[in-house]
Amino acid sequence: MRKIGISEIEDIALGAALLGAGGGGDPYVGKLVAISAVRECGPVTLLEPDEVPDDALVVPIAMMGAPTILAEKAIGGTEYQTLYDTVSTFYGKPIFALMPIEAGGVNSMLPIAAAARLGMPLVDCDGMGRAFPELQMVTFTIGGGSATPMALVDEKGNSSIFRTITNKWTEELARAVTMACGGSVSVSLYAMEGAFMKQYGVKGIVTRSQILGSSIRRVKEVTNGTPEEEFLRITEGIRLFKGKISDVLREVRAGFNFGKVLLEGIADDKGHQAYVEFQNENLMAVVDDQILATVPDLICLVDTETFQPIPTDALKYGKRVLVVGLPCFPLWRTPEGLELVGPRYFGIDTDYVPLEKRSKGGRSHV
Amino acid sequence: MYKLGIDVGGTNTDAVLMDENRNVVVSVKQHTTPDVYDGILSAVRAVLEQSGIDRSEIRQAMLGTTQCTNAIVERRHLAPIGILRIGAPATRGIPPMADWSEDLKTIAVDTAIIGGGFEYDGKELAAFDEAAARIFFENLKEKGVKSVAISCVFSTVRSDHERRAAELCREVMGEDVHVSVSSEIGSMGLIERENATILNAALYQVAERFTSGFAQSLQDEGVTNADIYLSQNDGTLMTMEYARRYPILTIACGPTNSIRGASYLSKLQNAIVIDVGGTTTDLGVIQNGFPRESSVAVTIGGVRTNFRMPDVVSIGLGGGSIVREKADGTVTVGPDSVGYEITEKALVFGGEICTATDIAVRLGLTSLGDPSRVAHLEEEFAQKAMAAITGLVEDSVDAMKVSSGDVDIILVGGGSIILPEHLNGAGTVIKPAIGGVANAIGSAISKVSGNYEKLVDYLVTPRDQALEEAKAEAAELAVLAGAVRETVEIIDVEDVLLQYYPGNTNRVKIKAAGDLA
Repeated sequence: MRKIGISEIEDIALGAALLGAGGGGDPYVGKLVAISAVRECGPVTLLEPDEVPDDALVVPIAMMGAPTILAEKAIGGTEYQTLYDTVSTFYGKPIFALMPIEAGGVNSMLPIAAAARLGMPLVDCDGMGRAFPELQMVTFTIGGGSATPMALVDEKGNSSIFRTITNKWTEELARAVTMACGGSVSVSLYAMEGAFMKQYGVKGIVTRSQILGSSIRRVKEVTNGTPEEEFLRITEGIRLFKGKISDVLREVRAGFNFGKVLLEGIADDKGHQAYVEFQNENLMAVVDDQILATVPDLICLVDTETFQPIPTDALKYGKRVLVVGLPCFPLWRTPEGLELVGPRYFGIDTDYVPLEKRSKGGRSHV
Repeated sequence: MYKLGIDVGGTNTDAVLMDENRNVVVSVKQHTTPDVYDGILSAVRAVLEQSGIDRSEIRQAMLGTTQCTNAIVERRHLAPIGILRIGAPATRGIPPMADWSEDLKTIAVDTAIIGGGFEYDGKELAAFDEAAARIFFENLKEKGVKSVAISCVFSTVRSDHERRAAELCREVMGEDVHVSVSSEIGSMGLIERENATILNAALYQVAERFTSGFAQSLQDEGVTNADIYLSQNDGTLMTMEYARRYPILTIACGPTNSIRGASYLSKLQNAIVIDVGGTTTDLGVIQNGFPRESSVAVTIGGVRTNFRMPDVVSIGLGGGSIVREKADGTVTVGPDSVGYEITEKALVFGGEICTATDIAVRLGLTSLGDPSRVAHLEEEFAQKAMAAITGLVEDSVDAMKVSSGDVDIILVGGGSIILPEHLNGAGTVIKPAIGGVANAIGSAISKVSGNYEKLVDYLVTPRDQALEEAKAEAAELAVLAGAVRETVEIIDVEDVLLQYYPGNTNRVKIKAAGDLA
């Protein structure tokens, strides 16, 4: 158990943006929501998963809807109380703690705001260890957990809670309610008991985000080796490619940002070519026609000077980027995990081979 | 008739006089003085003396100034203000100024978030709480506040609540109150738009000082027949009255004027402009005669805003950049510089420090100072340094491009002598003769513009009709800003599909500009 205050939030936001693997949204508004809540209501208690009793009710909190609308309406502040009342009434028992569902710029932050405003603890655990584009892409699905009963509330005080027969129905109903409520809502989903969370959750994700964030901020202070070596050391990342963006191809389909970013090698990779495909998040990295990484492993593009993560919607010609692979949460590498988030699910016609094996420890050693 | 263009930068105050055919009659460069009006006054005086023209023949006088940026960065002359946000029950999770530094927050005398605002589709989010607004304004009046920033959720979609609040504000606080309304200043993104509006409100005294100060300087020099304009950061002008209402739009007009001036001198409408100073080099892009806008949020004095700004990149390279040879034989240039002390410290001027300028002289790119003082530098060393200089510039040029094709380059600024005539990735490289005062020229030749932005569902209003309506709105705004109606042309049309919105909702952005009367 420990407390998280404003300086921790800054680091968590940066680290979670890296773990967003190109997606997860711009941390700016999310961070302001979390910081404002903590400034008003005090620091948040962060629990280790093992501190949660097996039969206690744990509820992940997130936002659903368009990031552009969140940037305009932000959060009202009373949504979390409405969510609490809706969910605890439904289950007929109090909620013990809240948790994030994914690591990403926005959804890593809102649960902190909720915990601060409700005076409740937050659990150091989520259901992805990164960001993914679809609702069912959480480790809890592997354990047989269900997104519903899912509660949706807006800033005006409206609330709804529903159960569905399939994930597709959940998406459809949630989308309809979200639009009717003004395009962005606060949600709780995959409500679960402590024992289930401990079995399937990605433990220690908030702490990992924080360590990553503070290390990225201080990467230039390194005295031993180059900032790039230091960055790879702290992220335990595998260097896949260093290049200049030579083109970005984009397409919007069914509400997702699809695309491909082309890279021309610089420094050690001069003379080589690479590309990264994405659907909100980065899906596959290919260097000289050889696949070096695919989902569910994390493919992160960072600025070669500042090591700040670059989201897919900010990719732009001429930017110099370092492409880094981070191994995903082990449960994603099981057959059940790969069925949900493996390359074939995203339309990539290849079997999943772990990043460490594909890249043979990094480009410089190929 | 003549036009007088002035640009007040951090180091120099430049002035040019142009005739009605836009030929430069005289140009002068003076040091910027602690009280900027002394510098302006002496620049105006020098122009008048050198040209000997009849002062009454100066019909237009344009000023570009960094006063607003300085006021924010130095936290000086900012006015106490009231901040009203219309948006409850939404937005309360982030109070105004949530990420402002403590010393800047003190400008807010009172802050309130009241009921009102809209949804993305223009539906009312909540009714406008007129009673709460009235109480807020009455309190401000009692406290003697003279300037108010008003923002509202989705006011970029519908501004009714904001406009009603502004009316009420004038009604309660008196007609002389300065009201800044967010929909007239920023774009999508409440917090950044509100931040820009707050800064605008806090700058009203600064704007009154520099507008009346400029008018007074001209008056004192007998230039009494000129219309007075201020440069804004998109390469167009505004009237004194407009500048007093939107002082924030003057921020970053210096680089903009330099880019526009370079374009005018080189006759290129599309190019990359490289402005080399003593310590830094600014790179900007001229697109169809206007500077390209930055697409990312811009931070001013630590405050994140989203109003339009030129897309400018600065690198640590200039005429005074220090050149060093490392133990392993590699040669580095900058980012540290001898700066304004170059005339004492550079080798060719009798100093002991090897600068980028010394390298240029050694390699014969320019003749300056005493070339014999750099003759001892090894050719190989000088070539390595030049490779480092061109490498820095070529990388930055590349980063400014939108595609890999070659692009024309215009070199301006006093330090541009350090760059060669050929750069990789460049088509033609042009160094205009009077590129040193490109910024003052840019100020003198600016047009006046109108910007219009709206969300439109093309299923409700067909695209062609929507664009025509938006163009008419933009043209009307340009006329309002001082453009001659007949010369107004649409210079930018942009519509972006908003994927998450229902139907076929697009954000339509139009910019129109025209010549001054």
